[in-house]
Amino acid sequence: MKPALHKHILRRKIRDRFAKTLSAAAVGFALFWLSWILWVTLAHGLTALKPELLTHMTPPPGEEGGLANALFGSLTMSFLAIVMAVPIGIAAGTYLAETAQWRALRESVRFVNDILLSAPSIIIGLFVYTLLVRPFSHFSGWAGAVALALIALPVVVRTTDEMLRLVPAAMREAALSLGIPQWKVTTHVLYRAALPGIITGIMLALARISGETAPLLFTALNNQYWSTDLGAPLASVPVVIFQYAMSPYEEWHALAWAGAFAITLLVLVLSLIARSVVAKRRISHE
Amino acid sequence: MDARADRFFRRCVAGAAIFVLVALALIGASMIWGGRAAFETFGWHFLVSTEWDAVNKDFGALVPIYGTLVTAAIAMLIAVPVSFGIAFFLTEVAPQWLRTPIAAAVELLAGVPSIIYGMWGLFVFVPFMADNALPWINDNLGSLPGVGALFQGPPLGIGMLSAGIVLSIMIIPFISSIMRDVFLSVPRGLKESAYALGATTFEVVWDVVLPYTRTAVVGGIFLGLGRALGETMAVTFVLGNAHQLSASLLMPGNSIAATIANEFTEADSDLYLSSLIALGFLLFVVTFVVLLIARLMLRGVARKEGQR
Repeated sequence: MKPALHKHILRRKIRDRFAKTLSAAAVGFALFWLSWILWVTLAHGLTALKPELLTHMTPPPGEEGGLANALFGSLTMSFLAIVMAVPIGIAAGTYLAETAQWRALRESVRFVNDILLSAPSIIIGLFVYTLLVRPFSHFSGWAGAVALALIALPVVVRTTDEMLRLVPAAMREAALSLGIPQWKVTTHVLYRAALPGIITGIMLALARISGETAPLLFTALNNQYWSTDLGAPLASVPVVIFQYAMSPYEEWHALAWAGAFAITLLVLVLSLIARSVVAKRRISHE
Repeated sequence: MDARADRFFRRCVAGAAIFVLVALALIGASMIWGGRAAFETFGWHFLVSTEWDAVNKDFGALVPIYGTLVTAAIAMLIAVPVSFGIAFFLTEVAPQWLRTPIAAAVELLAGVPSIIYGMWGLFVFVPFMADNALPWINDNLGSLPGVGALFQGPPLGIGMLSAGIVLSIMIIPFISSIMRDVFLSVPRGLKESAYALGATTFEVVWDVVLPYTRTAVVGGIFLGLGRALGETMAVTFVLGNAHQLSASLLMPGNSIAATIANEFTEADSDLYLSSLIALGFLLFVVTFVVLLIARLMLRGVARKEGQR
């Protein structure tokens, strides 16, 4: 081999090796931040974890307290949001996968849904503010739930659409050829087949909304006290974290870390379960 | 009977789908409506004025617009090459058994709520930057000709650079997972023929895979940009919420989303409130356009994949 050619090959090999090393470094970079963030949340959260978290209200500065009202508010609003988003989301997903007759409408709904999926959540908060808070001139738990529902909706639509399209066509044809009307085929056969996937979508939506802060700032606002009134301002864990972390008080910081730990744990567990369901599904299809 | 029930069922699901369309239109309309007082009062001046004076009711959007663009630009500068590296590693370099766990771990980064990034940023990352990174940057980069002004300033920790770095960590999982998916959509034969010609792994990805998937890769980058522009809580914590225009990346600033989050409940006049909603409208328009481009470019891949 000519020496010049040999040099050329060597240079290409070095470049290849260099690129591979850099790519491994990029993965290390991402994993480094992930483990740093998780470690800090775990370390601070565990030390702040106390039984009073579940029984005491969010305290005024300088006093001990818990997150009971915030946890209640978060659970209530997330629950209501899911209850609102799931039926509409599943119906819209069903339209996209099953009954859409105009291609243009189907494609534009898919498109708009994808845009809603990544739209900044603060915009959704402002929208619900002008829709539900300003006309009634007070912040409310209902407004917060509606904002969260609008964030959960596109997730449910998308997963329902995708999961229904994964159901083999033979199943539809078999049921329809028995003379069963389409709505019964969809509700009795297709939903049953796609159920694990749809539940995955609901869990991903729940994981997404349980950490959302920005849209709640202008809708549910916050409440220092125990309140079950959905027509009034309602506390939530993310907003309490925001407020307490920004404050100068040590006790508040500890509570904020406890809340952060609880939310991170919940979100990670939810998304891990959702992922494992999807993974199992993929295997069973192969 | 069955036919009627079927028609009813179809109308119900079509109604839900149209609801999705209407929701987006309503969001845009409500922003224009809410921000109309600000647009009427300030006109085009709103976009170029650096004034943000609640007492004299004079509002301009240039500082938050500038902060949004600069932090997003820093985030993209870091996130794009790193995401490419991750996608490259996950599709060509890593041994099979390592691919799934690493992909899952990187995607966990995407699942962490943004308020957690904000808290970590404020209590851990900002002090780290202030104590360790910024003095070094000040000493070594601040004296460079031309770009030096970008890196001069007191080591506060809070500021554009910190916010940009936190943002980049948040968008890396989105960009890298899209890049990985589109790299995997490249036909095997295409890559194999390049390997057969004696190309190295890097050459296959750089000269064959990347040109083949260019539109989708750009789409993924735009999707990440959309996230970076609209991200609120993490930026609110580390950006500093200061209405001042500064050449240095080490100085605190403001972004559209952070301004809205910080000041919305303090807005004491209608014009103040309207100005904040007008800011929201600007953010809506910009992210809408960016996401539109992203989705249009990504759609090409889905179609290509569908044909195979």
